[in-house]
Amino acid sequence: MSYITKPVARHRGDRTNGLGLTTRDYEGSMSTLCAGCGHDSVTAALIQAFWELDVEPHRVAKLSGIGCSSKTPTYFIKEAHGFNSVHGRMPSIAAGANAANKDLMYVGISGDGDSLSIGLGQFCHAIRRNVNMLYVLENNGVYGLTKGQFSASADIGSKSKKGEVNRQGPIDPVSVALTLGATFVARSFSGDKQQLVPILEAGLEHDGFAFVDVISPCVTFNDHVGSTKSYAYTRTHMHEVVQTDFVPIRSEIRTEYAEGTVREVKMHDGSSVRLRKVDENYDPTDRHAVIEYLGNVADEGEIATGLLYLAEAGEDMHRFSETVDRPLVSLGHEELCPGSEALREVQKEWW
Amino acid sequence: MVTSGGFGVNDFAFKVATVNGTGSASANGLLLQALFRMGIPVSGKNVFPSNIQGLPTWYEIRVNKDGYTARSPDFHLVVAMNPQSYARDIDEVASGGWILYDDTKPLDDELIRDDVTFLGLPLAGMCVDEFEGSRTRILMKNIMYVGALVALLDIDVAVVKGMLEEKFSHKKHLMDANFRAIEMGANAARERFDCPLPIRLETMDATKDCVMVTGNAAAALGCVYAGATVGAWYPITPSTSLMDGFTEYCERFRVDPETGKKKFCIIQAEDELAAAGMVIGAGWMGARAFTPTSGPGISLMSEFIGLAYYAEIPSVFFDVQRTGPSTGMPTRTQQGDLMLTAYASHGDTKHIVLFPADPKECFEFAVAAFDLAERFQTPTFVVSDLDIGMNDWMIPRLEWDDGYRPDRGKVLTAEELEEAESFYRYLDVDGDHIPYRSLPGVHPKGAYFTRGSGHDKYGRYTEGSAEYVEVVDRILKKVESAGDSVPAPQVFAGGSSGTSSGSRNAAEGASSNGAGVDEASAPSYSAPYGLLSIGGCHWAVLEARDELTRRGVDVDYLRVRGFPFNGTVEDFLASHERIFVIEQNRDEQLRKLLAIETACPKEKLTSITYYGGQPLSKGHVLEGLAAHIDVPDSPLPAEAGA
Repeated sequence: MSYITKPVARHRGDRTNGLGLTTRDYEGSMSTLCAGCGHDSVTAALIQAFWELDVEPHRVAKLSGIGCSSKTPTYFIKEAHGFNSVHGRMPSIAAGANAANKDLMYVGISGDGDSLSIGLGQFCHAIRRNVNMLYVLENNGVYGLTKGQFSASADIGSKSKKGEVNRQGPIDPVSVALTLGATFVARSFSGDKQQLVPILEAGLEHDGFAFVDVISPCVTFNDHVGSTKSYAYTRTHMHEVVQTDFVPIRSEIRTEYAEGTVREVKMHDGSSVRLRKVDENYDPTDRHAVIEYLGNVADEGEIATGLLYLAEAGEDMHRFSETVDRPLVSLGHEELCPGSEALREVQKEWW
Repeated sequence: MVTSGGFGVNDFAFKVATVNGTGSASANGLLLQALFRMGIPVSGKNVFPSNIQGLPTWYEIRVNKDGYTARSPDFHLVVAMNPQSYARDIDEVASGGWILYDDTKPLDDELIRDDVTFLGLPLAGMCVDEFEGSRTRILMKNIMYVGALVALLDIDVAVVKGMLEEKFSHKKHLMDANFRAIEMGANAARERFDCPLPIRLETMDATKDCVMVTGNAAAALGCVYAGATVGAWYPITPSTSLMDGFTEYCERFRVDPETGKKKFCIIQAEDELAAAGMVIGAGWMGARAFTPTSGPGISLMSEFIGLAYYAEIPSVFFDVQRTGPSTGMPTRTQQGDLMLTAYASHGDTKHIVLFPADPKECFEFAVAAFDLAERFQTPTFVVSDLDIGMNDWMIPRLEWDDGYRPDRGKVLTAEELEEAESFYRYLDVDGDHIPYRSLPGVHPKGAYFTRGSGHDKYGRYTEGSAEYVEVVDRILKKVESAGDSVPAPQVFAGGSSGTSSGSRNAAEGASSNGAGVDEASAPSYSAPYGLLSIGGCHWAVLEARDELTRRGVDVDYLRVRGFPFNGTVEDFLASHERIFVIEQNRDEQLRKLLAIETACPKEKLTSITYYGGQPLSKGHVLEGLAAHIDVPDSPLPAEAGA
C-alpha cells in the first residue's frame, strides 16, 4: 500500500501562528514522489504559506487532476478535504465546488500535462470564469508517471533523457493566462522558496483566479544536460523580474525597500503585496507591456520569474452570476422550495 | 400513403406543414391551445429540422375524445403550406382525407390525388392584399390557416379570440391584425367549402384538471422544488429548454427580494465534460447539482460519471434522448441511451436511472432523483426523450406536498463529527452498504481525500486487492439496493386498462412529490403474454393494449420506471410465458438489460422495436405483435392503426 501516514512530530520551540498551530499542523501524508522532486519543495512552500496566513486547515479545499503534480495535495493539510479528480479536469470540479461553497479557500495543483495538454480547455475556461482559487502548475516539461514523454511545455531543442530532441513549440501557461485576462499571473521556481512563498500567499489572498507557474524539475526524467527544465538550467536562466513580499494585515513590514521602486497593492482583505521591480522598465500592472516584455525575455532564452502581473481581481464567477452572499450550501430547503401555492400559480400559465 | 382509418367528431389527427423560421410555431401553438381550452384531449408533436430558417417543418395534432395522446400517423387532414414538401405531405393524407393548401399558385398535376379532397385558399394573395410588409404577410398567412381551420374544424372562435387578447393585451394593433387574419381565413373557407368537415370538434369537459406543458419545463421546475442550487450545462438539443426553464423559474422564485441576489448558480460550461465536473464539485460540497444533456453529452461525461460512482458523490444527470449514434438526428426522438446510462463509464459501474413517461413524471422524478442521488451517494439519471422533453403534453395538474423534506442521506454534522471517535468515509457502519459522508469545511475530523483512484474503506489510497474488492463490492450492493427505492413499475393486469386518461389515475401512485414508490399490492397475472415497456412508449402501448382487448387478446403490461430493476419486474417476467419488450431503439437495449439484470431466460423476451425517430404509435405495437402472435384483424369502428 502506498499510503503512508506521516507521524506528527512536535518539537519544543516550534513556532506557532495566530491560531496556535505549527507548520506541522499543515502537513499531510508522506510524499511518495522521487527524492529531490521539485513538487515536494512546492508542497513545503504551500505549507509555509498556509501557516503564515493563519488559515484554518479545514477551511481549505485542495484539488488536483492526475499526474505526479496531482498527487501533492495529499502531502499538505491533512485536515482539509482533498479531491484528486480526473486528468485535466480539476478546474471544473473547482468551479462547481466554489459555486456551491464560496467560503472555502481553494487551491488547485496541476501539472504541465494536466493543464496544457489534456486539460488546456478547462484551464483556459477557469481563467475566463475567474474562479476564485489559487492555481499552481508544477511545470517540469515531462510526463513522469508514464516515464519520460515530452509535455506541451517542453521547449524546442530540449532533450529527453533518451536523447530525443523536442521540435514542437511549447505552450507557455503564463502567456496563456495573461492573454485570457487572468488578474494574478506569476512564475516561480521550486528551488526558490523565498520567492515562492510570498507569491503563494498573495495568490491565496487574491480575490479571483490566481495563477502560479512553478518550474519544478523532474529529477528522474528531466534533470539532465540538454533539458531546459532541469535544476541547473533553471537556476542559470532564471531572471527575476519583480521581487514580491506579502504583507498580512497584522504583520509589520518585513523588508525595507528603496523609495520609488516599490509598488504596494492592497488585497481585498486589507493585506498588501509589495512588488519591487528588479528591472527598471518592467511594469507588473500593464498587461500588454508584460506580454511584450516576457516575449523578449523568452527570445533570449531566459525564464522571467516573480509576480509578473497583478490587477484588481474584477468580477469572479459569483459576481457574474450575482449569487447571494452566503454560500449556496448554507441555504435551507424553505429558502429554496417555492411550495404548493406557487406551483398552483405557475400552472395557471400552463394553459 | 396511409390507409384511412375511422374518424369523426373529436377523433382525428391532422398535420401542418410549413417552412421553419416563418413563425408557424406560434400559430400551431395557438391551435393546440385552442383545442385544449375547448376541453378536448389533445396532443401535439413538433417535427422540426436541425436548422434555423428555410427547411420543412411539421406540426402534428391529434384530438381524441377518449384521451389517447400517443402519436397517430393517420392524418385525416394536412395543412400544406410548404411547396417544398407538397409531394410528401399530400402523399401522407389518409384516403378520404383533406388537403388544405395555398392555391395562390396552382398545384402541379402530378400532385393531385383523386381519393382525397383538395381545399385551395389563396392565402398568400389575401395576405398581400390585406397586410403591409413581407414579414407581416408571412406571419399572417400562418394565422390565416388557423382561421381556415376555425371554420373547417369548428374551433370555438371565442376561445381563439380570448387567447389573442391575452397574448396581445398590450398591443392592440397586433391583436386586431391577428384576429382579422383569423376571420379572413374562416370566411374564405366558409365561402368556398362545406364547413365544418366531417372531422370536427365539439366542446368537451375533459381537460379541466389538466395542464399542457413540456417535459423539460416540468423537469426544470422539479429541480427548483427539489432545492437544486447549482446547474451546469452545455447547450444541446433537445435538453436546452430544461436549463432555460430552470433559469426562468429560479429568476422567479429564487431571487432575494431585498438584495436582488440569486439563490442559485447556473454555469454554462465549455463542454459537457466540464459540466459534469461542476456538478460533481458542487455535489462534493453538499449542494444539489445537476446537468441536463443528451446522448452525446453523456458520452463526453462518462469519465466523470465513473468518478462520481466510485468516489460516491451525489450528482444528477438528465438525458433527454435524441436519435443516435453520433450526431444522429438531433431533432428526432429515440430511446437509444438505456445501456449507456445504466452502465456509463469504464470499469465496473452501474447507475440509478429513472424513466419518466410524461412531463408529470419528469417533475416527480426530478425530485426523486436528487433524493436518490443523496441517499445512495451516487450519480442518478433521469432519462426522458425529445418527444417528452420538447413537446407539449396534456397531464394532470401537478401537486406538491409541503411536508416534503429533501433526503440528504447520511451526512455528518459538525457536532456529530466532533463527538465521533473516528470518521472513515467508506466504512459500512450501518451494514446497509451506505457509508457516512462529511462535507468540506465543516469539521477537521471530517477531512478525507476524495479520489477516483483505488481506495480502501478508510478512504486511503490503495493498490491492494482485498482492500479494493471490499469497496467495489459494497458499492455494487449499495446501487443494487436502490432497486427498491426507485419509482416502482406500473402494472396493468387483467381487463382493459381503459382510456389513457383512466390509466393516468393508475399512474398516480407516487404520493409524495414523486420520491416514493407505488404501494402496489402484488398483482395477479392471468394472461399468458406480457408487454413490457419504458418511458414515452407508454401511451402507445396502453392504446394498443386496449385495442388488443377489444380484439380479444388479453395481455398484461408492465412499464419499467427505474433501474436497477426490482422484484416486481422479476415477478412479471417469471409470471408470463412470453414477454414482448417494446422500446425505441434498434439494438433491443431494454430486452438486453432485462436479460443481463434479471433471472429471466432471454428466450422468453422478444423485442418490438421502432427507432425511426418519431414517437411510438399504436400501429407499431400492433404490427410488431402480429408478427409473433395471432392478433385478429377484427374490423373496428375506431381507426385500425395497421
